[in-house]
Order: sequence, then structure tokens, then C-alpha cells
Amino acid sequence: MTSIFNKRNSIIFFVLLSLIFPTVVPNDYFLYLMTTAFIWVIAVSGLNILAGYTGYLSLAHAGFFAIGAYSLGLLTVKAEMNYWIAFVLTLGITSLIGLFVGLIALRTKEHFFAIYTLCVGYIIYLVIDKWEGLTGGVRGLIGIPTPANIGPIAFDSVHSQYYLVLFFMLLSLLIIYRIVHSLTGRTFIAIRNSEQLATTIGVSTMKNKLLAFVLSTFFAGMSGALYASVIRFIGPEIAYTSVMFDLLMYLLVGGIGTISGPAVGAIVIVWVSQQLQFLQEYRMLIFGPLLTLIIIFYPRGIVGAFISLKTRAQAKKRKVPIVNESLTPTKKQIEEG
Amino acid sequence: MDILIQQLFNGLTIGSVYSLVALGLTLVYGILHIPNFAHGALYMMGGYMTFTMMTKFGFHYWLAILIAVVAVGLLGVLMERFVFHPLRNAPPLHDKIAAIGILLFLESFAQLVWGGDYLTMPTPYNQVVSIFGLTFTMQRLLIIVAAIVIMIALNLFLKKTFTGATIIAMSQNREGANLVGINTTKVAMLTFLISGGLAALASSLASPINLVFPGMGHLVILKAFVIIILGGMGSIPGAILGGYILGFSESLGATYISNDYKDIIAFILLVLILTIKPTGLFVKGGHT
Repeated sequence: MTSIFNKRNSIIFFVLLSLIFPTVVPNDYFLYLMTTAFIWVIAVSGLNILAGYTGYLSLAHAGFFAIGAYSLGLLTVKAEMNYWIAFVLTLGITSLIGLFVGLIALRTKEHFFAIYTLCVGYIIYLVIDKWEGLTGGVRGLIGIPTPANIGPIAFDSVHSQYYLVLFFMLLSLLIIYRIVHSLTGRTFIAIRNSEQLATTIGVSTMKNKLLAFVLSTFFAGMSGALYASVIRFIGPEIAYTSVMFDLLMYLLVGGIGTISGPAVGAIVIVWVSQQLQFLQEYRMLIFGPLLTLIIIFYPRGIVGAFISLKTRAQAKKRKVPIVNESLTPTKKQIEEG
Repeated sequence: MDILIQQLFNGLTIGSVYSLVALGLTLVYGILHIPNFAHGALYMMGGYMTFTMMTKFGFHYWLAILIAVVAVGLLGVLMERFVFHPLRNAPPLHDKIAAIGILLFLESFAQLVWGGDYLTMPTPYNQVVSIFGLTFTMQRLLIIVAAIVIMIALNLFLKKTFTGATIIAMSQNREGANLVGINTTKVAMLTFLISGGLAALASSLASPINLVFPGMGHLVILKAFVIIILGGMGSIPGAILGGYILGFSESLGATYISNDYKDIIAFILLVLILTIKPTGLFVKGGHT
């Protein structure tokens, strides 16, 4: 059984599925929905590097997402820059702001870090909301262009934007996969498991935490830029704490500290929310308790539950006693995730 | 000069409310080491409870407050029982996320039951009094006096009663308290009861001069976190002092700097504090 559903085959299966997805959906709306889900996947994967692998829960991530969206919006609308130059600049701007915030924020730990970043997120929201001259205040920013053509490929249709976002999502996931499975990724995990121990064995924790923070803001910025060019209208509410909580929910439901978790979580919740559209305003009545229940009973989300199920089945087959049942994932489990 | 005194008075009013909210938050943090992100939702529920009791059932203001305090206190106990108690041995990340889940639920719940509108809470204390040529509303005076009375009462409760002593003991050392026969589970529930009650009381007092709406807890809870970092996580005098410092800096900032940016003041203050001293001001040893 495991031979057909192994990791490589399932990845190929899902990539193929996402490639043919536009040809099987009945209308553009679903395609649009999937495109936004992919955008969230990028942002959540970025958050995952920091919260899942390094163990620092940043609550400023929606702020960096908004910085990405607004940078792209302002550079293209107000500075009338070429789209792709603006896109690259946006990535630079968010990472740079991430570097400065990270330098200060990462000196704090645990609760202080969460509260600090929550406040940073709120400051970003308030600045966007109040600085009317630059950001347009509550009215928001309209008329953001679609991505400019690359050679003969145009990005003005829903289909082409879907593929563009898909490309960026797969690229991000690949990059994150490579990072997590490199020595750097191991270092992040070492910091998460015990920062003191990591310092003891000679890891420069500050440097690595900062790297994780900047990487996570880099992906938030990328996701924000794509969001701005697909939705083409942005308002200050994208920096609000509710967006942050959405991101957190995608991460938790999918599985924190796993590569595929953010993708599973974002796509599942976006589609479930779509099904629950009739209670749009009250969807948190369901998702709020869900978040709490998941953190109590399945702290590693859907993917985590799936992995432990698989490990158990394999152990049964080989008649090996199950050793690891703890909450923190082992090295092997992380590799499989 | 008149403006200055008026603003100092306003600062005293806002500071009283902040102190009450921060007290509940710091109590839970100091004793159970949970940064309760859902505390703002308890504040919000308190406001709605009092509002409903007054407008729907026609209760007197004080009776409505009493009911709200008990109801929200019990809500806090439920939270402790069903969420934080099972998570007491989990990594610190889990508490925070669980609290955020509760926050989202309660906010959505309020929106479902009471709608998303801004409501004005009635109060029997609308009279305007003038002292030394300055005009104050009764409600604002009431907030200040009530807050001080509650703080003294809480202090007496913690210092002079046996139950209070068990709470203090548990804040110092949970295992030790358990060893000498204190039922730590009960104390944890009691802490959440007091914490929720304080949040409800603060919102019931403040709502007549502000408004009642589902998102009313957001800014207040963020500021309460700023306060308890300012005053030292888990420190009760710190929370009171921090509340007043923030109240004054906000009301003076609103007048002399910019009304638009008055909400940012608290956060800039926090960013500055943590930039200079990452463990927070006056933090108690071992609680980081």
C-alpha cells in the first residue's frame, strides 16, 4: 500500500491535479478561489518557518503581508513602475523591514515575543489606516495592475493568474523544503526544541532566528504582492489582526511544523469557508472552537495526525513498539512531513 | 491650564479602566503563566451582559453589573476548566493559540446575538458636576472611585484572607503550594473567576462613556498587555501603576500630539520598552 502512496508519488499526483484543475472546474469563480488559497499557502508557509520550525510565534505576519501588498500597490499605482521591477523591490522592502523588526523583536522570548509582534502588527495596521496621504487610508488603494507580460505570456485572465500563482507557490514550497532539509533547517529545529541547548552546542541562535524571521517576512511579502495584483484592490483591513488569526488557523488546522501542513490547511479552510458562505460573518463560531480543539487534541493538525497514523501502521507491520507519541515531532517525522 | 487639568482627569478615568483590565490579566499570568489573549473577549462580554440586563430586563445599573461580573467570571472558570487546564503541560505556544480560538469564538458569538452595531449603554449617572470651576460627569467620577475601591478590596482579599494567601502561595510556587495541601486546581479556577469578574466590571463601568460593540476588547487587551509588561508581568502594583501611566500618556498625547495617533502611543511605548529591556520592565525572576 505504501509503495503506491509514497511521498514522491503523492507530490506528483497533487502537482498534476493542480495543473489540470482549471480545465475541470465549472466556472472562473472556483479558479479564483483556488488562486487566493494558493496565495495564502505562500504566506502561511512563511509563517511556518518561524512558528513551526523555529518555535517563535509571530503575530505581526498579517502586517508584513500588508506591507508587501501596499509596497507593490504604491510602486505600481503611484510610482508607475514596471510590474516586475516593483515585484522584486517589494520582496526587498518587506525583507528589509523584516530584518529591522526582527533585530529588535527577537531579543524577546516566548510570551514577550508574541505580544511584541502583536503590537508591531497593530502599529502597521494603524499606520496604514491613518496615513491617508500615502496609503489612501480607509478608502484603500484601487487600480493595481495585473502582472505585466513576460515575453509572449500575458497575465490578464483568471487562468493565467492561476498558473502564475501556482508557479510561485510551488517555487516557495520547494525553497522552503530545501531550507528545512538543509543544515540551516536543522538549526531552526534545534532552536525550537531547546534554545539553550542549541547555544551550548555552538549554534549562533540570534543569527539563525533572524534568518528565519527575514525568510518568513520574505514569503509574506511575496504573498502580499500576489494578493494585490490578483484582487487589484487593497484596504487597511488586510493588516488587521483577524487576517493574522486566519493565517494561524490555516497553519494549525493543516499542521504546524510540516511542509505540507500550510498547503493542506489553507486549501481545506478556504473551501470549507466557501461551503459555509451563508454564515460568512459567523464562521468564527465554528472555526474558533475548532482552533482550540485542534490545539488540545491534535496539536500537529491534519498532516500531523496523518503522519502519526502512518507511523503507527508501519510500526504495527514491522511489529515494532511505537516509541514516539510525544507532541514535539521527531527528526524522522519532520523529514516525512 | 484648564485643559491640562481636564486631560489629567480624563487620564485618571481611562487609567482606572485600564488598571482593572490589566489586573485580571496580570493575576492569571502571575499565577498560571498564561498570557490570556481572550481576556479582551471577556471584557467585551461583560459590556454586553450589563447592557442586556439593563435594557432587556430593566435591572438597575448596579444589579446589572453584579450579574455581569458573576456571569463573565463563570465564563472564565469554564475557559480554565475546558481549555487551559488540559493544556497546562503543553508547550507555551499552545496556550496562546487556544486563547486566540476562544477570542474568535466569543467575538463571533457576540455578533450573532447582539449584532455588529455600536450600542450606547444607559447610565443613571449622567449628571454633570462642577468642582473648582471644572466640569466632570458623574460617570467618570464613579469610574475612578469604583476602581480605587475595587483595588483596595482586592488587595485586602489577597493579603488578609486565607483564600487570598493560597493564591499568593500558588503564584510563588505551584508545586510547593500543592505540597502544603493547597488545591491548585481550585485556586486556578478562582483566579479565572476573579480575572473575568474584573474584566466585566471594567467594561461595565467604561461602557457608558465609550460604546458597546463586538470589537471593543481588541485595543483594550493590547493595551493591557502593554501595561503588564510596563509594570512587570504578574505584578499587581505594577498593573495598577502601569494602567495609570498609560491612561495619562494617552490623554495628554491626544491633546498635545495628535488625536488620530493616540492609540499608537501605547504600542510605541511597548516597542521602546522591549527594545531597551527585552525581558520587560521590573519582571519577576524566573517568569520569562
